[in-house]
This record gives sequence, structure tokens and C-alpha cells, in this order.
Amino acid sequence: MAPSDDFPISRRGLLAGGAASVATAAVARPAMAEAAPSRAPASPPTAKVDFEVNGTAHSLELDTRTTLLDALREHLRLTGTKKGCDHGQCGACTVLVDGRRINSCLSLAVQHDGDRITTIEGLGQPGNLHPMQEAFVVHDGYQCGYCTPGQICSAVAVLDEIKAGIPSHVTADLSVAPAVTPRELRERMSGNICRCGAYSNIVDAIVDAAGVKA
Amino acid sequence: MKFDTPATENPIDQLKVVGKPTSRIEGPLKTSGTAPYAYERHDAVPNQAYGFIVGSAIAKGRIASIDLAEAKAAPGVLAIVTAASAGTLGKGDFNTARLLGGPEIQHYHQAIAIVVAESFEQARAAAGLVRVRYTRDKGNFDLASSLDGAIKPPAFFGTEPDSSFGDFDAAFASAPVKLDEHYTTPDHSHAMMEPHASIASWDGDKLTLWTSNQMIAWSVGDVAKTLGIPRENVRLVSPYIGGGFGGKLFVRADAILAALGAKAAGRPVKVALPRPLIANNTTHRPATIQRIRLGATPDGKLTSIGHESWSGDLKGGGPETAVGQTRLLYAAPHRMTAMRLAVLDLPEGNAMRAPGEAPGLMALEIAIDEMAEKLGMDPVAFRILNDTQVDPEKPERKFSQRQLNECLRIGADKFGWASRNPKPGLTRDGRWLVGTGVAAAFRNNLNEKSAARVRLDRAGRVIVETDMTDIGTGSYTIIAQTAAEMLGVPLDRVEVRLGDSLFPVSAGSGGQWGANSSTAGVYAACAKLRTAIAQKLGLDPAKAAFANGKVSAGGKSIALARAAADGEVVAEDMMEYGDLAQTFQQSTFGAHFVEAAVDAATGEIRLRRMLAVCAAGRILNPKAARSQVIGAMTMGAGAALMEELAVDKRFGFFVNHDLAGYEVPVHADIPSQDVIFLDEVDPTTSPMKAKGVGELGICGVAAAVANAVYHATGIRVRNYPVTLDKLIDRLPAIA
Repeated sequence: MAPSDDFPISRRGLLAGGAASVATAAVARPAMAEAAPSRAPASPPTAKVDFEVNGTAHSLELDTRTTLLDALREHLRLTGTKKGCDHGQCGACTVLVDGRRINSCLSLAVQHDGDRITTIEGLGQPGNLHPMQEAFVVHDGYQCGYCTPGQICSAVAVLDEIKAGIPSHVTADLSVAPAVTPRELRERMSGNICRCGAYSNIVDAIVDAAGVKA
Repeated sequence: MKFDTPATENPIDQLKVVGKPTSRIEGPLKTSGTAPYAYERHDAVPNQAYGFIVGSAIAKGRIASIDLAEAKAAPGVLAIVTAASAGTLGKGDFNTARLLGGPEIQHYHQAIAIVVAESFEQARAAAGLVRVRYTRDKGNFDLASSLDGAIKPPAFFGTEPDSSFGDFDAAFASAPVKLDEHYTTPDHSHAMMEPHASIASWDGDKLTLWTSNQMIAWSVGDVAKTLGIPRENVRLVSPYIGGGFGGKLFVRADAILAALGAKAAGRPVKVALPRPLIANNTTHRPATIQRIRLGATPDGKLTSIGHESWSGDLKGGGPETAVGQTRLLYAAPHRMTAMRLAVLDLPEGNAMRAPGEAPGLMALEIAIDEMAEKLGMDPVAFRILNDTQVDPEKPERKFSQRQLNECLRIGADKFGWASRNPKPGLTRDGRWLVGTGVAAAFRNNLNEKSAARVRLDRAGRVIVETDMTDIGTGSYTIIAQTAAEMLGVPLDRVEVRLGDSLFPVSAGSGGQWGANSSTAGVYAACAKLRTAIAQKLGLDPAKAAFANGKVSAGGKSIALARAAADGEVVAEDMMEYGDLAQTFQQSTFGAHFVEAAVDAATGEIRLRRMLAVCAAGRILNPKAARSQVIGAMTMGAGAALMEELAVDKRFGFFVNHDLAGYEVPVHADIPSQDVIFLDEVDPTTSPMKAKGVGELGICGVAAAVANAVYHATGIRVRNYPVTLDKLIDRLPAIA
């Protein structure tokens, strides 16, 4: 059934309408009708992937659409890595791959064959927390706790990036090594959203943990 | 226990544990990723399947037909439920729109189907194969053009939409100095980090939901009502909640559709709302248009205060109560407030952190700043001059505690307010125009009934059980502190179990009532347990002192654990309230101070300093309370500078419905923040003598930011958010 005449839809209007184009894509495809689908459903392709997570080797046969995030959360049941948006917008899924931080929702598990992955569970556990985890507890660098594993993984990697001399957008002088300053930390941590708004405490925690390391 | 006379001295006043800045007791779990959130309960029940929700692609109209053939035939699909196959569903008391739409569609992204499959990838792919044909109706999506049709809504939670005191019209007409301005606040999204998520499992006709929900008892009732089953057949489990801010006060589609999907598939089903669905599928803070009229004498006394607010909601919804604080915040003999409600076909509006006060103070506290300037007065001094110690509409009714002026004075002192150039647009720091702004914070205190069960086990450990939730507020920790104080044991001897509907019904988390109310419930249960323990030990309950793991009375001192030598001692009680909240106006107060810098060429706004001074009764845990306040200041900064759900007024939906498009503050946006709590105890609120603080922290922040931007630039922006496009063509000439 077409939309009512007093509310016409044009291609231009729909494109401008952004997500509403989804509505009309469906409207414009009435022919799919009640007939059975023409092609038989195929089982989804799978692939084998071998990687190391927190020092343990894993060999998984995965639907190739599986993200690294879902491989960790759903297949290995390492649910410390969080799914906040599944679109690389929030940073809750941050893990360390070969020492570098990535959004695990933005890469497929099969891209990580042979990689060494560290998740929040691999940094430390209750009774044996990583200094960064300890610092977050002491400085109350979290509230609901959902972005926290991503913040902590990111923070650990940030200190390593600064130590390695990697500059950021706010590094004023590229000829000298960047330092652990609140300004550098705020810039480098900005891919990790905390809606509870613990930012001020998180920066305090990272500064503290950086001192512990030094 | 009934609390109907002001509290006298009690064991909490020892403050050996309560009032200390204790780190959160669940901190090691949260920081190590071992605190389990709803979607993560692989341990809860075996054989979980995955559900994926399909949202309506139109805002208003009907589903003409749904073709499920291709989706049903997709690999791994176990079941698909739509309104056509779900059977008769009710609607929860706290929902405005139905949680499963169809054939009628009430708003964009209203859930219309759940696809259940063996894997997440399969469920998502099959959901994309659901073919829907819609008949779209014209909807009403624009608040500004709907004001004429806006109606006077019925009383909302006991509050009439209109108030009047004295003769506002005459007083305003004759006022020597007047302000009459309109302000707008946009729709806001809670955007909590954890998407709404649930795992549903049926055992016969009994349903268990591991979910993410702030209000367990409300939601048990609404799940039962929606599914048409007895509430005793519903169990909710919600020990960890990845943020709520009001967005998880209610049952949402994840819970109901997980339950329907699980029934259809004959297996447990887990569902999380995809991030791009959340803004339109769930609730939001409604936009407002506000008119404020202030009349004053030349020496700065307010003679008349008028505040009107228009907002919209789906049919059957309620107003954004943006005028509430204006009835209580400043003195003036002549006053009026009014709320009007338009029917909009946008997604459902509902509570978000400090509903009413947050957008109301965004407007009022700019207006106060403007009036101070008209009068040539300092905005701190102007507020102090117009303070009231009584309910302005009922002068015989006093505030239980009101330290707004102290908050303003102390804040001004700490912030260095005295050195401020009163003229705007004159303070430069290199390329930056620098300004400071102030705003008052106000939020009422609410007490809600709350129950708890407390056990003493043979090992001398104390276990607290209540369906209270911890949404990041610190409930676990302050409840443990309360029980430790009451029973004289160290904090690590207390275990706190929350968020399970098998536990006694608590106040839940909302309206900043959670901290005081839930700990008061624990106080009541502990008081009962103290009596039981003393009796077990043969001591006089009236004289027994509980300290250092011992109970002492009449010269005898016995180890606490001895009372449980032959089995656990258990007590359960509920705190209820008399009419002290009617006798006294119980409110929380604060003052926000902000320094902002505006790029003289580009209009880019950067926050440099933020300070909040709060007076909110006893602070049960200064570390957690401070975090609540800085977090609220951060959300207030978002409201000031970036947060706005963009409405597509043709198709009726929020366009920027993910975390890339709906901007919230990130690390780089937020400077170092300071919080000062004034020393205050409020014996009228509960034996804890506490009040809430989690919503107070957001109240007024955005206006303080807007006022700072005005002071920096001389440009008054009355339409939030204050973004550089509203400054760029009016910035002072660059010298």
C-alpha cells in the first residue's frame, strides 16, 4: 500500500530524511509477498581462527560475521569487554591486541588469527588487580562500571603510547617526547565515553597509576 | 518502622563507618570486568538463544502486512514474534506506548518483531529479512507549531499544572524592572553506556528476567500486566546496571520481547537493544519551550515570578514539569506557574535525571542572570537577596534545611568570584574570551518506603538483602556502611545483595530518593535485628551497644557471632513515613560556578573550571556522593553545550540516534571539577538524616555554563544547546 497522497515521498526527500529511507525501502518492495523465498538458506560460512587471549591459546570455528567483541563475550564468555554501541562510537569494547588498543567491535574475529589479545580479565582480577585497576578503585574512576573495562584498557595503552613517544592532537612540540599530563590524557582518552561522567576521577586515576609505574 | 517524628541521636550518628569516603565495595568486580550485567549471564541458565528486535520504520500509521517467510527460512532462526502472533498483551502502568507495536504504530522504532536464532549474527541477519509494508499517517512532530493546541494536563504525580499566589498579573505589570523572555531546551537522550538488555527464561508459567532495571517492584508489576500473568510468576534479577538516568525506570521492549521470544522458541532468549534503536525505541527527556517573567524593584527585590512551560508527549503521556522549582526557589509575593502539554507523535517522553528541575533551571537560572544584569547587581548577590526560608506559597511552612545562600557565598569565595569583571565580553586570555557563570541548584528531596532483610550468620557476617538497585550511585557501599554502623562490624563483614525481586521491596533508584530511602530501610531492618540479637544473647535490647563485633550491655560483652551459634538470626523491616515531608519542605540546594573560554575567532567553547557546592543533608559516603555530583555536572555540561536530539519534523524521529550523532561529553570536554559538601544533617528526612544528591548535581549546571558564555562574549543564547553557530556571527570584533 502506498503512503497517502497528501504526504508524497520523493527520492530526494527520502535521502534527506536519513534513516526514514529505511521505511520506504520496505514500502517500495511490496513484491516480496507471501511466496516462499527463491533461494534455499545456506548455512553461514565459518572460518577457523587461532589466537591467544590473556595468555591462553584458543582455536575457534566462527561464523565469519562474528566480531572480535562477540567472540570474546559470547564464545569465550569473557564478558568483561563491554558492548556499548557495537559501532566504534563509545570505546567500551576496548581491548589490547599485540599491545595496541582497538575497538573490538570494529574488527572481525577472523582478522585476528595469530594475534595476542589482552582483555580486562587479563590485566588483573580481584585480589590481584593491575595498578591501573587499583587506581580506578581508589579514585572512584567509574560509577555504573560499564565503560570501565574499556577505560582501563585504554588507559594502560595510553601510558604505553606516551612512553613510546607517540604524539597526540594536543602534543604541542613534536620534537620532544610527550608527557603524562591531564591535557594529553583527556585527549587520548576521548574515544572512551563515560556517561556517568567520571572523567575528572579517571584522569586522577591514570596520573596516579602512571606514578606507580614510573 | 515508621518515621513520623524528627530523628534524635541514633547509632548512625557514631559515624564510624557511615560518612566515610569508602571506596566502592564492588569496585574490584567492576574494574576487573567480573561484575555481571544482564546480557552477560551465561551462568544463569543454559541453552540461551539470541533475539534481535525490529523497529518500526514509520512514526505513525499501521503495518499493512509483514512478510516473515524469508526471515523464517534464514539459517538458525528459531522463532519470530510479532503483534499478530504474540497474543493479547497489556500495557504497563508506567508505559505510554505499547512495547510491541502493530498493527497500529505509535512511534518511530517502536518494536514490531523479535527474531530469535541460534546466534546473534543469525538473528541480526534474519531481522533484516523481515519485510514490512506500512500505511503511514500524518503525525504531529513539532512542538513549536503545536502550542495553540496544547492543553492543560491533569495533575501529574499529585501536582497541579498551574499555580497562583498573590496577584501576578498586577504585580508584574507595575514592576519597575521587568524581564519577559522565552527559552527552549531540546529533547535529550539518557544514552547510558549499557544498552537495555534482558535474558528471559520460562519454567512452566513462571518467568525469570535477568535484566537492567532501576525499579524492580514497579517492573515486576508491569511485566506481569503486559504479559497477562500473575505478578508472583515474575522474577526480576538486576544486580548490576550499566547506567540508567531514568531510562531504565521502566520495563522496555528488551524485557517483554525476550519473554515472548523465549516462549515462542521454547528456550531462554537474550536480547539487547541495538544502540541505534535506543533513542527512538525508549524514552527521552522531552523538549520544552519556557516563558519566564520576572518583576523587581530597582533595589533588586523580586516582586513577581511567572514561569510557563510547554512540552509534548504521546497521547496519554505527561508534561515535563519544568516549572516545579520556581514555586520554591526565590521569594516574591506574587507568583504564577503553568504547564501545557501538546500531543506529539514522537517517541515517548519520560523522566531523565532531575526531570522538571533540569530543564526548568536551564531556563530560570539564565533569566535570573539576565535580571541581575538589568538591575546592575552581581548575580550571586541578587540570588542571596531573594532567598526565602519558607515555602513562598505557604509561609508557615519552613524548609527543613536551606543553605542556598551559604552554598553561593562559599562557592563565590572558593571560585574567586570577587575578582570578576561585572561587564561581559571584556576578559581576554590570548585568543580566548573568558567568562564565569553561576547558577543555583535545587531539587526536592523525596522519601519512599523501603524494606530490607538482614541476616547474621554463624561466622558473624552480616548479609543484607533488598531489591534496591545500584545504577552507579553507590547503593552497595552505603547500604554496607549502614549495616556495619548499626551492627558494629567492619565493612568487610557485610555482604550486600541487591536487585532481586525475591528480596524485600525497596525504594529503588529514581528521583534521588534511593540513597536516603534505601539506607533507612536497612536501618529499620538492622534495628529489628539488633533487638533479636540482644534477646538471643540475654541482653537488654534497649541498652545493648554494638561495637567492634561485640554486643555489650549491663557490664557484659558478648561476641556478635554467638547470637547465631545455633542458626542465622534474621530480621526484616520496612521504613515508612509520616507527614514530616508535608510539615517541612525538604529540598536540596547547591550553587554551580563555571569558567568558560570562547575562541574569539571561531566561537569554540571550552570549559576551564567547574565547582559545585552542595547542601544535601548527611553525606553518607563523600567519595561516592562526589562522583554523583561530578557526573551530574558532566551531564549538565552536555546539556549546555552539545546534547540535542535532532527531530526530523517530516518523518517524526530523532535523527542522531546513536553515540556518534548524539554527542555527549567526552574526556576532552571536561576540566578538573571540584565539589564541596556543606556540613548538614536533616533530622526530618529519616534516621539517616540524609537527602539525595545525584540529581541536585545536574540542576543549574547548564545555566551556569550559558551564563559563563554570556559573560565571556556578551552574547545571550536562550536556546540550548549553546553551540558556536549561535555565537559566530555575533562575536565581538577581533582587535
